Amino acid sequence: MREYDVAVIGAGVCGANVAHRLSAYRLKTVILEKEADVSFGTSKANSGIIHGGFHHPIATLKARLELAGALMFDRLRRELDFPYRRCGIVVAAFNDEEMKGIERLYAQGKENGVMGLEACSRERILELEPKLHYDVVGGMYAPTGGIVEPYRFVFALIESALRNGVELRTGFGLARAERSGDAWTLYPESGEGVRARFAVNAAGLFADEVSRAFGAEDFDIAGRKGEYYLLDRMTRARPKRVVFPVPTRISKGMLVIPTVENTVLIGPTATEAESKRDLSTDQASLDTILDSARRMVPSVSANDVISSFAGLRPVLEHWRGDPGRAPLKDDFYIDLSAEVPALVQVAGIQSPGLTASPAIGEMVKDLLKRAGLELTERADHDGRVEPHRRMREASFEEADALIADDPRFGNVVCRCEKVSEAEIVEAVRLGHTTLDGVKFFTRAQMGRCQGGFCAYRIIKIIMRETGLPWEAVTKRGPGSAALGGEL
Amino acid sequence: MAREMMCITCPIGCRLTVEVDASGSIRVTGNGCARGVVYAEAEMRSPKRVVTFSVRAAASSRAAGSTMVPCKTKEAFPKERIPELIEELRKLRTELPIKTGDPLLRDALGTGIDVVATMSVD
Amino acid sequence: MTELSFDAAVVGGGAAGMSAALAVSAAGFSCAIVERDERLGGVLGQCIHNGFGLIEFKEELTGPEFAERFAQRIAGSGVKVLSGATVLSLDATATPKVLVCASPGLGMARIRARAVILAMGCRERNRGNVRIPGDRPAGVFTAGLAQRLVNMDGYLPGKEAVIIGSGDIGLIMARRLSWSGCAVKSVVEILPYPSGLPRNVAQCLDDFGIPLRLSCATTRILGDGRVSGVEIAPLDNGAPDMSRAERIDCDTVLLSVGLVPENELSRQAGIELNPMTGGALVDARLMTCAEGVFACGNALHVHDLVDYAAEEARRAGSFAAAWLSGERAAPGPRIKAGANVRYVAPSRAEPGRRNLIYFRPLVLRPEAVLELRLEGELVSSVKKKHVRPAEMMSVSVDPAGWGARALSGESVLEIAIP
Repeated sequence: MREYDVAVIGAGVCGANVAHRLSAYRLKTVILEKEADVSFGTSKANSGIIHGGFHHPIATLKARLELAGALMFDRLRRELDFPYRRCGIVVAAFNDEEMKGIERLYAQGKENGVMGLEACSRERILELEPKLHYDVVGGMYAPTGGIVEPYRFVFALIESALRNGVELRTGFGLARAERSGDAWTLYPESGEGVRARFAVNAAGLFADEVSRAFGAEDFDIAGRKGEYYLLDRMTRARPKRVVFPVPTRISKGMLVIPTVENTVLIGPTATEAESKRDLSTDQASLDTILDSARRMVPSVSANDVISSFAGLRPVLEHWRGDPGRAPLKDDFYIDLSAEVPALVQVAGIQSPGLTASPAIGEMVKDLLKRAGLELTERADHDGRVEPHRRMREASFEEADALIADDPRFGNVVCRCEKVSEAEIVEAVRLGHTTLDGVKFFTRAQMGRCQGGFCAYRIIKIIMRETGLPWEAVTKRGPGSAALGGEL
Repeated sequence: MAREMMCITCPIGCRLTVEVDASGSIRVTGNGCARGVVYAEAEMRSPKRVVTFSVRAAASSRAAGSTMVPCKTKEAFPKERIPELIEELRKLRTELPIKTGDPLLRDALGTGIDVVATMSVD
Repeated sequence: MTELSFDAAVVGGGAAGMSAALAVSAAGFSCAIVERDERLGGVLGQCIHNGFGLIEFKEELTGPEFAERFAQRIAGSGVKVLSGATVLSLDATATPKVLVCASPGLGMARIRARAVILAMGCRERNRGNVRIPGDRPAGVFTAGLAQRLVNMDGYLPGKEAVIIGSGDIGLIMARRLSWSGCAVKSVVEILPYPSGLPRNVAQCLDDFGIPLRLSCATTRILGDGRVSGVEIAPLDNGAPDMSRAERIDCDTVLLSVGLVPENELSRQAGIELNPMTGGALVDARLMTCAEGVFACGNALHVHDLVDYAAEEARRAGSFAAAWLSGERAAPGPRIKAGANVRYVAPSRAEPGRRNLIYFRPLVLRPEAVLELRLEGELVSSVKKKHVRPAEMMSVSVDPAGWGARALSGESVLEIAIP
């Protein structure tokens, strides 16, 4: 059985940040992921926003981590290859009542120490975001807010961690954890287990089950569903900045988001999911999204929709442990377990979890140190991930050089997003061996035809590069076979 | 006794009415051209269809994805025997290269009808 | 970068692209086809069923045979074929125009051409476009993708399929899957009539006893990892009646919900599109708003038959050749779709000759009369034996004898089915 210093359970954005942070030290770290690839849970389906730090009161852990995390993205972007842009956030108010909400948000943002926050007149907000409905009466501008492709952020963190000695095991759904001696033995549902002196529960939607498997704190995680529409990059509705409505008590509301890759995302809804696997979309919710988005940006059109999807936010509820240690309602729960040794709990990481995640990685590292993990920096640590070569980002001259170097760059497999065979081969070789994995890494199948032209070519490339038979090619892991038989 | 049917001879799709009298002779109405009558008569006596399919090339590699050779019956094939024909074609492996019109299966099921390649594959 | 130069460049080597290129070449101009695939023929290669060529070759051919006949003509012509080359951009304002394409063999290539013919074909509408909610499992295919997988790669999409939409590719696939060991449980169509040709309903559904559920919406796709079923509901006053919703178990969903002209390149080049067709707006000579850029085939509007696409493309090629020779179209009336007509293409007629105008009706009607009104005044009426939305139709328009109004370029000719 392999032995590690730290086992990180879950390869979402929290687990990836923890592993990335730990990779700077002389440690043996393993990431255990239940799904077939990393970032296949909450981290793949969310708004992809670096929040502005004004939505939550500073008394909450999430507000403090949001503020700290947001500041870390520029440095991470210099080291890693992921799409990120600080495009700013506008919050638009459409009546006097909403303007009062803007005042409250502005005051909260100021108290939180957000830099550059600006209360805006109607003229100013329309100048900042000309796509807004002319009914707008005013609003607020947060220049520090930004956008990121969340799965690509996770991929980059994981790639950096793996280059620095961290190991990854996918398809490892934790079934049992046993403490013996000074280490945990972690068993998957099938196959060989691992031993680790310390464990981090970053299991997202399944953090409750993982906590129970350790015999640690007893709580539930419920999925709060957010549904989205993805609009074609040709849409006229693409704003320059992230457009927020004035939030309600329950939710930040439905947004119009210009993605870094130049598409537009509208949503999310906020409804209780039927189960943790319930990623279904619903006609009524989708209609609501279009209506809400059009209220702010009237050029949003149903004709521009290329896809809809849903993600689940992990909401911690029913805390049954020591009331004195209970996290605040709707807040993050990040702490050393009080019930069992050498376990860090990272649970209830809903919005703004993505923004906070680099700070979560830092905090978890500190908690591990407090629990007795010795941290010695590695002299040979190099966290940089070289930018991946992509045809769509290359100038014609650069593209010519790419093809000269590897003719497979000249074979454009996904025409909508201009993804070449070379890029798909690279994705597969980096371990993204499912159709969704290739999609999130390369964007092939993510454009307006949604794989109608390229899916069969990608299936064949996956088979060729991995040697897998057709039966083993899946959309997103076991149970999602891409094909049904041979002629 | 009258039977309604859709003529499938060409894309127009005439709606045919076919009447069979006591002597067994057939009267067709609704046809736009003479081919409608031929189709209706065949449909009443022994319906036939052109079968198009694809056959695996013998040299196909499983990992690289297989090379399929499209084919067709050279003329319309007795409809009730199509499932048998399909079974034959699914089992068949053809050598490459092959040219359009080359027979893949001669005298299929003893009908006298050949199955021929419809694409040249190297 | 590789530098190439031709009188004309054709984007796309399907039936339309080959037909257009042959016409350009026949007029004595140098011409290149830029084709993404290794082989000419476009989607015809996977359309292994028959029914092609009745007009073009006066015999019934399969898709690959139709493609091969054109490819042989290309091989015997002076047309240069750049295969495996994907066009990434078009500068339609430069003189000559510039296409940039990527290919494993040539690297990046800059192609200069005085005239460009757009023949990129079309693509399938997908689940997102028709906004079917529910789960997002594996096992959802557009009909054309499934066709490609079965016919060319030898894989089956699944074991039990439901086909959403009754377009021709979906109908053809119903037969193909039935023959290949994948049961087709139902074809679900939201409209009150099938979208595909009547003969395909007869030979692809009726022959196999596959139910065609008309006026029925697909309200959800179900399944965790892989499709487990679809939920359908009959329409009642245009909205799904959920009290009569039912579930059909299946492991595969095929979508045959329409085709859209592929015009990302045209948009990037600033070419004005017709919102009704998704194709370029073209004048009587199939020329787009960009001088010397022509459009034809399914990239212009979706045709029912490849024979018509090839015919239209041949005219586009001839018009391009005429334009290269310095000929310009005389001003003529703008053509507009009137009552019960979804679209017309092209959008202008030219005096002095017979103009072939394609249109698609919005109604299903036997013994219909087509009315042509110039500035509101009836100038011609044409009897049609039947009109139906599933069928593209044509009408010949000759502005001769319509007076000076027809020569102004400002007048409007409306085509309607009152």
